[in-house]
Amino acid sequence: MIGAQDRRRVVGPLEYGRRMWVRLSLWATLAFLYAPIVILVAFSFNDSRRNIVWRGFTFKYYEKAWSNDALIEAFTNSLTIALISTLISVILGMMTAVLLWRFRFPGKAPFEGAVSLPIIVPEICMGVAMMTFFADIGWPRDLPWPLNLGAITIAHISFSFPFVAMVVRARLTHFNPELEEAARDLGASQWQSFRDILLPYMRPGLIAGGLLAFTLSLDDFVITFFTSGPETVTFPVKVYSMIRFSVTPEVNAASTALIMITIVLTAIALRLQNRS
Amino acid sequence: MAASPPIITVNRVSKSFPGGVQALDRVSLEIAEGEFFALLGPSGCGKTTLLRILAGFETPSEGDIFIDGADMGRVPPNKRPVNMVFQSYAVFPHMTVAENVAYGLKVTGTERKQTPDLVDQALELVRLAGLGDRMPDRLSGGQRQRVALARALVKKPRVLLLDEPLSALDAKLREAMQLELARLQNTVGITFVIVTHDQNEALSVADRIAVIDQGRLLQVASPAELYEYPESRFVADFIGKMNLFEGTNVGCENGILSVLVNGLGRLDIPVTERTNSDVGLAVRPEKMLLLDEHPGDAFLAFPATVEKLSYQGSETRVFLTNQKDVAFEVSVRNASRDSAANPLQGRMWVAWRHADTLILRD
Repeated sequence: MIGAQDRRRVVGPLEYGRRMWVRLSLWATLAFLYAPIVILVAFSFNDSRRNIVWRGFTFKYYEKAWSNDALIEAFTNSLTIALISTLISVILGMMTAVLLWRFRFPGKAPFEGAVSLPIIVPEICMGVAMMTFFADIGWPRDLPWPLNLGAITIAHISFSFPFVAMVVRARLTHFNPELEEAARDLGASQWQSFRDILLPYMRPGLIAGGLLAFTLSLDDFVITFFTSGPETVTFPVKVYSMIRFSVTPEVNAASTALIMITIVLTAIALRLQNRS
Repeated sequence: MAASPPIITVNRVSKSFPGGVQALDRVSLEIAEGEFFALLGPSGCGKTTLLRILAGFETPSEGDIFIDGADMGRVPPNKRPVNMVFQSYAVFPHMTVAENVAYGLKVTGTERKQTPDLVDQALELVRLAGLGDRMPDRLSGGQRQRVALARALVKKPRVLLLDEPLSALDAKLREAMQLELARLQNTVGITFVIVTHDQNEALSVADRIAVIDQGRLLQVASPAELYEYPESRFVADFIGKMNLFEGTNVGCENGILSVLVNGLGRLDIPVTERTNSDVGLAVRPEKMLLLDEHPGDAFLAFPATVEKLSYQGSETRVFLTNQKDVAFEVSVRNASRDSAANPLQGRMWVAWRHADTLILRD
């Protein structure tokens, strides 16, 4: 007989949550992943010019970041590029996914490989390639805002739409083609059956792919660095140039704001996804 | 049937797929208005391809399809007066039951005002009244199938196409749905074309059955005709059980066909038409009797020994062989409880009437 006291101490074979080493490694993993971010956020409220010792709570650096016109401009550029490139990546990625899923055509396998090339090509090569490409075709440099962001936006689209295509394509493999046939059979035109049946089915993939594209664009440094000019500084590029002089809590504050925006957008996207 | 013009005419339709697969080979048939028509055959015989050609999802390589008098050559699926119940039911997962049923009306923009009433009527027709607000993932397989039926019927098609509609249901539910389909077809009076590989299903629901094998149409007939008078060995064997004895034609004179069957000797069978080729002789197991003595001239009878019994509830299948190893399968009705208590055994006469002998020429 096992008493009530003893039974509480016995750990069942599948009760991993009650094993000490599992708990320890869980906490270690969480700390490893999130401690830097927590410190970044905490020190954005630090009342000190240096980022080393805690001197008390302040919103000072948020105000400072907010009134730093160059920083705000870089921030606006980043968001504008991210939004436009996400929108176009989602549409392009979706079309690519449907094309690869639905049709058989000569040269399909090489085409599929070529589409996923931007995912595997090292970023530095992409960056150099983009820079030479835009220089060679004589892409105009001094256009008014936001047209001057064109080169960066095109570069971002070219490396983010394959991610959307991959996510959507993976979802489409489980699609029952009889659903689309049923819609056609009930009187829907090709376009109507796409809009009413296939599009709702792809939606979770489109949202996930869009989120991916948005994050990729927002924090891309290497490729952006090679395609940006003096007039078109993005947030990551600006932060890089700021910390070359000194790491101030101002950078922390701006980064915290960026994290908040990403979290809020992700939350909205997840909600949209759950509702469908 | 001949009086009303056919609702569907299939005229020498062939279909070959890339890779050289010949799915249909010059199939011609006519389906009358209001008929419950079954396309029956083993899997891969081309019956589903024919149904998909009727629906417009495949185009015939050769031949023409007429539905309701109109050539369907270049008519896309959404413009055809037919609707289909898919094998997977294809109920739209992101729409409620009512939205599923209303979809066909909504998308063509017809009868917008009456749509809710029409949807309710359709749901009532398939006995799903009150479930309109459910999502499909909260329905059982049988209910989902009813949604698919309601969704097709609400469009009031001239022809309803059903692709193996009952294959995913368990045996009891399948039987209930067979009755239900027959009832529905009676109520709405629409022509039904059902594809099935289950001969019992075809026999129990259809007015007429087309048997297809390897893309060729073998026979079109009523269930009883198909069962009692199959025209080929394939049909005889595919539908129900059959004892088949291959024989050599040794002469056909004065209305008597003499056939030499290995192990049974020479059989003289009264026939109505002359036959010069070798034939197969076929007898259904339930037409055979097991007797202690030879029953006389009206019968063909052979002594044989009981080898094995297979008890099936309402009947017992008795497997016998004679001295020359010719096998017989006889089905004996268990008319009384005693039948199970006193199993058949030993040597008996396997006998059947001359008139119950089928002569198969191909």
